[in-house]
Amino acid sequence: MLGSGADRLRADVNRLLAFLFHQGILDEQFLQLQQLQDESSPNFVSQVVNIYFQESEKLLRNLRSLLMERKLSDYKNIGIHINQLMGSSSSIGAKRVRNVCVAFRAASDQNNRTGCLRVLEVLEHDYCFLKNKLHELFQ
Amino acid sequence: MRVERVISDENDSFPVGMRVLAVDDDPTCLLLLETLLTKCKYNVTTTSQAITALKMLRENKNKFDLVISDVHMPDMDGFKLLELVGLEMDLPVIMLSANGDTKLVMKGITHGACDYLLKPVRIEELQNIWQHVIRRKKFDRKDRNGSGSQDKPYIDSSEAAGLGNVDQNGKFNKKWKDQNEDEDEERDENGHDNEDLSTQKKPRVVWSVELHRKFVAAVNQLGIEKAVPKKILKLMNVENLTRENDASHLQALFLNLTDLVTALPEKNQLCGKPASQYGGAAALGSVDSTHLQMGTMNGLGNFHTLAGPDQIHNAAFRSFQHSGVLRRLNTPAGVGISGLPSSGLVQLSPVQNLGNTSTNQSKLQSFVNPGNHNANILQGMPMSLEFDQLQNNRAASHVGQFPSVDNATVLPVSSISGSLIDAGCSNSPLLGVTSNSLLLEGSSQLPTLHASNLRDSVSGFPNRSTLSDFTSIAPASNQLHGSKADIQDQAFPISCNAGKIISSAPQDWNAPKKDAPYLSNVPSCSINSLRAVNGDMAQLGQCLDQNNPIFNRNVGFDFVDPLSIKCSEGENLAMEPSVIEKEGYLMVQPSRQGSYIPDNEGENFAMEPSVIEKEGYLIVQPRRQGSYNPGNLGSLEDLASAMTKQDHDKGKPTDGDFGYNDYSLRTCI
Repeated sequence: MLGSGADRLRADVNRLLAFLFHQGILDEQFLQLQQLQDESSPNFVSQVVNIYFQESEKLLRNLRSLLMERKLSDYKNIGIHINQLMGSSSSIGAKRVRNVCVAFRAASDQNNRTGCLRVLEVLEHDYCFLKNKLHELFQ
Repeated sequence: MRVERVISDENDSFPVGMRVLAVDDDPTCLLLLETLLTKCKYNVTTTSQAITALKMLRENKNKFDLVISDVHMPDMDGFKLLELVGLEMDLPVIMLSANGDTKLVMKGITHGACDYLLKPVRIEELQNIWQHVIRRKKFDRKDRNGSGSQDKPYIDSSEAAGLGNVDQNGKFNKKWKDQNEDEDEERDENGHDNEDLSTQKKPRVVWSVELHRKFVAAVNQLGIEKAVPKKILKLMNVENLTRENDASHLQALFLNLTDLVTALPEKNQLCGKPASQYGGAAALGSVDSTHLQMGTMNGLGNFHTLAGPDQIHNAAFRSFQHSGVLRRLNTPAGVGISGLPSSGLVQLSPVQNLGNTSTNQSKLQSFVNPGNHNANILQGMPMSLEFDQLQNNRAASHVGQFPSVDNATVLPVSSISGSLIDAGCSNSPLLGVTSNSLLLEGSSQLPTLHASNLRDSVSGFPNRSTLSDFTSIAPASNQLHGSKADIQDQAFPISCNAGKIISSAPQDWNAPKKDAPYLSNVPSCSINSLRAVNGDMAQLGQCLDQNNPIFNRNVGFDFVDPLSIKCSEGENLAMEPSVIEKEGYLMVQPSRQGSYIPDNEGENFAMEPSVIEKEGYLIVQPRRQGSYNPGNLGSLEDLASAMTKQDHDKGKPTDGDFGYNDYSLRTCI
């Protein structure tokens, strides 16, 4: 009984993961995270992911406020934020978010404010989606 | 701590316990890095601030062996930290960044990074970073101010080789010998000069940019032929600089340049060649002499252009195009152009990564569905069980579903082969992936395998189409645990083999007598070493791609479903494990029986698990034969165990039974 419940749960988790992989939302770096989880660090994945959420939200908030500035000139700062978001996203295997960051970086390199805003929206959306799914995963 | 003890400790367990300082302002990455490094058995200290890192480094110079630092940090630029660490503590520094832009990588090189890794960092890359520590110790010794921890033989060979010019050779040899003899007593046999550094009384000369420029100018002025340390010293007119300083700096430069130049023509080779080749060669001294022997005048010629650093950069960096792989340009201090470390080693070992990543990635890109990094493809896939959705995508996805193997390292294919070795079939099998041929790559450890493998791989199939499916590569992937060594050592025909087998399967299905074609496929696959794995990967990819349509078609094949094998007492079918040994392929042919297949009762086929064990592949193929041994094929498990233990009652693969049997893939009709 307990067994079957656990199995079902695991099956759900696996299905969700399969879905995320299939959709290109996660990549195998996430698997590497899972591999690092063991008896000595039993909550490693959720730990890292939670840190990622905290940091990313900060970054996204900053990005939005930077882009909303009346006179936007600090693209360099934007670039730094994007870079960090990209680094952490790729580190946990958040493939889609990372790819959007690449586009974001391109727009910001061209000092294209409109483009940046558009990409930021996509980014926020994809990030939220990822967050929701990962929360589901950790339930 | 006593020097001797430190040396012995380091010797015994190094790189285990290597002390790494990790600096990254991003907490996600920092935690990940820390965990990865700990997993590599290093001793990790982390900080999110560069300033703190510097403080820690300054308070005790011997506290760390290696520093890994992010490039973009809020409180201090990563490059600046890099420079300072190089100048003050002379520790190897590895840069880390999400941005692999060539300019940044270049900047890292020029500031003295000994490597430049891209995020996300993989554990494989971190497992090799200890090389930088060793390399640095050995090479820095030459530039030490009379530290004397130099291997005489090493220097002689490299001098001889690197200088090339006989006259020069003689001159320098003599000089170096003199110097070496003087410093004999100070030599540290173990080659660890950290202790020497800390115990030595002479102040170290730090080659600052200025100093180096003067040096270069002096050398240029004198001309290569006449650039003798004594004269250089006079020209430079710097206080506190001794002839020995100049001598060692000059030597370092020559060695570096020669290496740099000789590396250029080889760059393509370096990149193309498999890691193992260079990794193995990356033994101190051996590679160096080879390299140094090669380009001589070139090296000298380039030396003349030292004054124009850009030229050297261009020449040198042509070979750096790919990667985040950098060389440490300056030996003594994190200063610009001067010394490419005379590392054939530096060149080579990073290439290891390069070879792995670039070639593999390009080959695997089309190959794996979820994965971008080949190395990671097969890692940690505990949920591969449920990857049904993925299965239907591309054949590549099959690979992607392979159960995790810790070291799948480079190639999923290799892991496939490796997987067979281990049969820790606790991994989730490939459901449904399957395909025709079960290529179980067997090593001498064959026995363990296949029971659950087969069972698992079969379970996802529709009732019938099982044995034919066996021959798919997919189940093989189950065993991704093959150790790296196994993978590397084994021949790899699996890719071509799989493709051929699979592609031949359909035809053979209906042509029972066509053994020849099938077999002929097998021998035609060459056995490759790990080196060729990259190529194999591509082939495998193609093979797998081909598999898809085949897989679909297999449903039409009435393959025996081992699970549905029924014992038929009435039948007089003997299970002969026919073991076919062909170029290392292990072909296991379950013999099929009439009753074995639910709808084929009239037939008199025996499914023999023919087990061929060699280092190569274990290919399980359904075979038609006359006999069936009930005891054997009660289930797929039995089938596998029959194959593995060679002591099953009847119809087991007997040791001696290595005849070539008619084992084309046939429908069990």
